[in-house]
Amino acid sequence: MALDVRLALATLRRLLRLGLILLCVASVSFGLMMASPVDPVDAYLGPLVAQVSPEQRELIASRWGFDDPAPVQFGRWLQQLASGNLGVSHVYNQPVGEVISQRFTRSIALLGSAWLLSLLLGFTLGVVAGAKERSALDKLISAYAYLTASTPTFWLALLGVLLFSVYLGWAPACCAGPVGVPSQDIHLATRLHHLVLPVATLTLLGTASITLHTRARMVALMRSDIARHAFAQGARRADIAWRHGVRHASLPALTLALASLGELFGGSILIEQVFAYPGLGQATVEAGLRSDVPLLLGIALFTTLFVSIGNTLADSLYHMVDPRMRRPSKPRQTTP
Amino acid sequence: MNATQPRLRALACSGFVALLLLALLSGQWWLGDLPGRMQFDARLAPPGVDHWLGTDALGRELWARTLAGLGLSFQVGFLAALLGSAIALGLALLATLSPRLDALVRLLIDTLLSVPHLILLLLIAFALGGGLQAVVIAVATTHWPGLARVLRAELFQLRTAPYIDISRALGKSRGFILLHHFLPHALPHCLVGALLLFPHAILHEAALTFLGVGLSPSQPAIGILLADAMRYLSGGYWWLGVFPGLGLLLMVLSIERIAHGLRRAL
Repeated sequence: MALDVRLALATLRRLLRLGLILLCVASVSFGLMMASPVDPVDAYLGPLVAQVSPEQRELIASRWGFDDPAPVQFGRWLQQLASGNLGVSHVYNQPVGEVISQRFTRSIALLGSAWLLSLLLGFTLGVVAGAKERSALDKLISAYAYLTASTPTFWLALLGVLLFSVYLGWAPACCAGPVGVPSQDIHLATRLHHLVLPVATLTLLGTASITLHTRARMVALMRSDIARHAFAQGARRADIAWRHGVRHASLPALTLALASLGELFGGSILIEQVFAYPGLGQATVEAGLRSDVPLLLGIALFTTLFVSIGNTLADSLYHMVDPRMRRPSKPRQTTP
Repeated sequence: MNATQPRLRALACSGFVALLLLALLSGQWWLGDLPGRMQFDARLAPPGVDHWLGTDALGRELWARTLAGLGLSFQVGFLAALLGSAIALGLALLATLSPRLDALVRLLIDTLLSVPHLILLLLIAFALGGGLQAVVIAVATTHWPGLARVLRAELFQLRTAPYIDISRALGKSRGFILLHHFLPHALPHCLVGALLLFPHAILHEAALTFLGVGLSPSQPAIGILLADAMRYLSGGYWWLGVFPGLGLLLMVLSIERIAHGLRRAL
């Protein structure tokens, strides 16, 4: 009973903190947009900028309040935001909310499968490498992880296109479907075929940190008294790794994967750009290059929410899964 | 053999970086205008004896452009890591002064960590209008929170150390403790942190430039070279894409190894 109350209070505190952080992100990104040298009237007009006279420009500025002081504009923007109106994107000529939801539904296939695959692959590699420290397999896997950790994402994607699309012709080099076919006519198999290369690249890069982290946990376990005791009883190494190691290392791996959603999203921006995949990442780059301020702000807020939810889940996961964390005698530390 | 190997490897990495650094620094004058010089009879030439790493669509030598690009990356990475770790150190020291300041610093760290790095980089580069200065500032302001978190935890642990208590009991001011006890303790961590920041800064600079919001297209940055290579990819001009990325990977990898070696030594 008391546990439930405490859990509810903790959740409430997390939600409040999340709101505060979202507010901070909103004000920081709005401040950045205000500081940018791009003229807001130009940004509003987009490609129509040549068709407008100076008088009309003034009319636009007074209608949308571009001449007001920054705090007034910020207040108005927040008001709009609270009523769910994110503004209109001039690159896509659609409300920002619609653009984000359309694009995100396409990205989620890429992000979700890459996330799951990198978690599974990274965890397996980490367990195998950590089970026997300094073995040949361990050295190989560690070298692979260190190598991919310092590889530029977009370079790997570029090499993938070069090898598999240009030379071998196994996978398409571009887009989410064949060019010139309406999106509702594309077969599921074709869609999956177009997803293979982007997902593989994103997965390869995502595994590195999970592999290294899992390996470190496994190595620590194999040196611990638990393992020594099991060895003394005659258990085999694979047995110990399976019975103790996997349990010991799985929660941290999951937590790390949840907490690195931001990295994953950053990777997807670059990969969508290389493969011309029409997802949220590509929309972000378009918005940045063609100064679509409402879309840029909307995406910043949306991805912050996305990443924060991942972080919050990672935090609460320990409390939900590991009963030792719920022991009330544990004092709260100063560092979070 | 096993005991000497890490040292040997660290030595090899240091040697490679030193050599690279020497080439990059001296490259400023002995490369001259080579990264930009066009050869009209050698457009898109494959790698060979005459053109070591091949040439691009305007007949410019790829090896010279790659070297110049690595130089630019190094410059941006160095400045950004320096600036970023200075911000991290300053804010971590500030956080030790009072609980209210600490809450503020923690909020700032949490805010910056909850926006995806690349989105924040895009926003800042957009706000500052691109160019070398904008990239350095953007990379520095997005990369300090991780280091600041580590330094803050380190300093908070130190605050309960006996010699700090003694110093306080002897009537030393908070400023004195900050300058004479906290700062010297945090500096080595800060140095290693800066070195660990370095590869990330380089990679993010290249990514930002690749997307088109970083350094200007007239500069031979690695991101620009790879964005160019994208356009000629379907023609099978593999050397345009492979070599600049390989150079970047080698540089990042060796700096990373040195940083790890140093951290282990600490």
